[in-house]
Amino acid sequence: MKFGVIVFPGSNCDHDAFYAVSHNLGQKAEFIWHDSHSLGDADAVILPGGFAYGDYLRCGAIAKFSPVMAAVRQFAAAGGLVMGICNGFQILVEAGLLPGALIRNRGLKFICREVRLQTATTNSPFTNAAHKGQVLRVPIAHGEGCYFADQRTLDELEAEDRVLFRYLGNPNGSLNDIAGILNRERNVMGMMPHPERASDPLMGSADGLTVFQSVLHAVVKA
Amino acid sequence: MTTLTPELIAQHQLTPSEYSKIVDILGREPSYTELGIFSVMWSEHCSYKSSRLHLKKLPTRGRLVVQGPGENAGVIDIGGGYVIAFKIESHNHPSFIEPFQGAATGVGGILRDIFTMGARPIAVLDSLRFGRLDDGVNGARNRRILGGVVSGIAHYGNCFGVPTIGGETIFEPCYDGNPLVNVFALGICRKEEIFYAKAAGMGNPVIYVGARTGRDGIHGASMASAEFTEESKQKRPNVQVGDPFMEKLLLEACLEAMQTGAVVGIQDMGAAGLTCSTSEMGSRGEVGIEIELDCVPQRETGMTPYEIMLSESQERMLLVADKGREEEVFQVFRKWGLEAVEIGTVTGDGKLRVRHHGEVVAEIPNRELADEAPLYSRPYTVPPRGGLIPDYLSTKLQRTLPAMLAAPDICSKRGIWEQYDHQVRTNTVAGPERCDAAILRIKETGTSIAMSLDGNGRYCFLSPREGAKLAVAECCRNLSTVGARPVAATNCLNFGNPERPEIMAQLVAAIEGIAEACSYFDTPITGGNVSLYNETLGEGIYPTPVLGIVGTLKTGEPVTIPFKNAGRKVMLLGGIGDCDDTRFGGTQYAKEFIRELWGLPPALDMEYEQRVQFAIRKMIAGGLVESAHDLSDGGLAVALAECCFGPNSIGALIDLDSDLRPEMLAYHEGPSRILISTEYPSKVAAIAEKYEIEAPIIGVTIEKGLEIRQRTVTLGAWEIAALKTAYMQAFESYVR
Repeated sequence: MKFGVIVFPGSNCDHDAFYAVSHNLGQKAEFIWHDSHSLGDADAVILPGGFAYGDYLRCGAIAKFSPVMAAVRQFAAAGGLVMGICNGFQILVEAGLLPGALIRNRGLKFICREVRLQTATTNSPFTNAAHKGQVLRVPIAHGEGCYFADQRTLDELEAEDRVLFRYLGNPNGSLNDIAGILNRERNVMGMMPHPERASDPLMGSADGLTVFQSVLHAVVKA
Repeated sequence: MTTLTPELIAQHQLTPSEYSKIVDILGREPSYTELGIFSVMWSEHCSYKSSRLHLKKLPTRGRLVVQGPGENAGVIDIGGGYVIAFKIESHNHPSFIEPFQGAATGVGGILRDIFTMGARPIAVLDSLRFGRLDDGVNGARNRRILGGVVSGIAHYGNCFGVPTIGGETIFEPCYDGNPLVNVFALGICRKEEIFYAKAAGMGNPVIYVGARTGRDGIHGASMASAEFTEESKQKRPNVQVGDPFMEKLLLEACLEAMQTGAVVGIQDMGAAGLTCSTSEMGSRGEVGIEIELDCVPQRETGMTPYEIMLSESQERMLLVADKGREEEVFQVFRKWGLEAVEIGTVTGDGKLRVRHHGEVVAEIPNRELADEAPLYSRPYTVPPRGGLIPDYLSTKLQRTLPAMLAAPDICSKRGIWEQYDHQVRTNTVAGPERCDAAILRIKETGTSIAMSLDGNGRYCFLSPREGAKLAVAECCRNLSTVGARPVAATNCLNFGNPERPEIMAQLVAAIEGIAEACSYFDTPITGGNVSLYNETLGEGIYPTPVLGIVGTLKTGEPVTIPFKNAGRKVMLLGGIGDCDDTRFGGTQYAKEFIRELWGLPPALDMEYEQRVQFAIRKMIAGGLVESAHDLSDGGLAVALAECCFGPNSIGALIDLDSDLRPEMLAYHEGPSRILISTEYPSKVAAIAEKYEIEAPIIGVTIEKGLEIRQRTVTLGAWEIAALKTAYMQAFESYVR
């Protein structure tokens, strides 16, 4: 299969995502420049981490207006698999493809550390290779990763089994310990932790590879 | 037209004799703009006029050195067709005046130095020194400075996308009014793709790229070349504001532009901005450069030539392109949304000619301006000595070890480095506090780079020469302890006012010490930075040379600090060592429990040190070492405790065969010692014997607890959790 990795000018985990799916997962991958109007023949797209346009305003607030996001919206509407990691999650939320908001960490500081994630649902193209409750060791690296939403949205997420991962030992104050979520159609996901950084035992953990393997299963099966 | 009065000349920190040299060079009185240009280029910061004569003593050549001092960064061949470019720089003065932006722009400056060479920055380390956070008078200010500096580094590095993977943080009252912020950066590129900051080719266009020029940072370089006074706080407008996103764009665009083959030379605009980049590129290429200031993109209206030439606005680069191929360059910068403007041309007359509205406002020979600043052989006497040996009482190890682990210099700095993205680019094999050195893999070559920063102001105050040698030895030992072979070094020399002969003496002795040790350990100095006038209200800092040394090793699972399994032998390569009252005065124990600084630093035998390092590398290569940690601040007891802080909290039972007084045995800081745990003690002993080093078995790892005995008498026994809590939670209590 082929992953598309979207490159905003301030993306800085684009190469890491590319390396994880090409070198570690062994699939094809292609970079997609932010002013592109098409996603080419990608089977799934990744919005990687970084600071899309500097994020001096609100994280992702400018990125949602970029030309490529129109293509992402179309792709998602047609059922394509979209993964937002870290800044990518922030962009998807700003773009309205995922509910809620990501606000400043409760401790007000940037945090880079490995966290433990509990797989909250396996009923998704992003976690089908995990078993329910499986704990993954994956790092976070963000200043604005506290997941926030109104009660109704939270209730909906829970009732519809749309929480993908929860933190064990909540590092940033996220409501309901949420680390990653799905859209209603279950083909768009966002997560603050970085699975691409945990795709190689030499980097401390290969648990994150599960997420990419799940996508591979989902695409190959389809 | 501004008249150049003696006062105005003095304000520019030019002496009367320097001024007359300027008049000689020009054959006339300088204009106001020219005076400004000379003042920054001939400032201590840009010209190294006090240190250059002595810096010549440093070894700069080596088998792997591709580029030594004189360029934006040193370059080393790492094999497989790749080179690394690296350097360390200080941003001390700005970080005191405005900690957040001062530190942020410090990171920005050194990153530009790296990618100017065509290398993509892949690692940052920082060496930070502050006044004590618990100081009754200045504590609050010191905490504010620390907080600002750390978030400034995080802000810039995290956004730019370079991992900050290690460093050191030290607290001493002498850094109260003068924090040290030294940032090391390292980048990688293919060997044939290195770029140099050299202008060439008459008629070639000179192109300005990046951020617009504003009135910020005017005179930054001369500010960094003077002592601080109460009025210095008014110099806040001299500190620039950093934009890491702009820098990221600049990085990508510059690297892409270099790929076109249309770029002849490139240099960043750092200290002294447009002035420095034009005259240095011209001087290196032995050509002239003519620019028209009307073409320079400006953020404000009505800027004078003086202001435009001296502005230190950040995130700007100057490049020379092949005539006729400018469009290829412009196209790349357009893609990244950056401004790129032709502002002048390369000429054949060797002069920097600056026009404003078409009129010549400055015309100075490049070589004289950039390379012929007056050099001073400043008088030096002897460095000040430490105090006398104080009377002090013996203490109980049982009580002192937890306190030592909580000491500001020793405790875990997790609270700092967790704010840095230390993993981006997925190359970090060993980030902060995991090994004695930071390790980064190079995906392209299968090799890894190990890096370590070290300095010790206390040792250097007691003996600048020995202290500097100890810093070199410690860096090399850090690298060897992870199995890396040290290959090259960079240094940042932080000192007080060189016009004071005893301070100058410290500088000279430290440089000579670095020269001696770097020659011995075969780690040539490929670049660096000198930061003088680190004084506030006449109070100087300890002489603080900071060394950054890089080494190479094969990529693989690293040998980390903590004990892994119970039942392993604990061996002390290099032996327990010796110490006396005189050599005990520079230790962390003397600092924390006696609150004094006296005598001499620990004694270093470089030849023995070298053999210990050869031995550990051999043992690691043979797969004999399960954990390794070198002894440094806090000596043996602290190192032992740190080895117990692994995920499984494996402890140790230690019995030391020594006559030393218990506190000296536990805490002396004699170098050339490495603590390992191993399953193969006899094989380790055989290698130790071959290299003729001591390697006593001092104990065994156990499931629970740490106990230290001296000839069967228990000096202390602790639960690991209690020690770990002291070590892990101390920093948080200092910054609260």
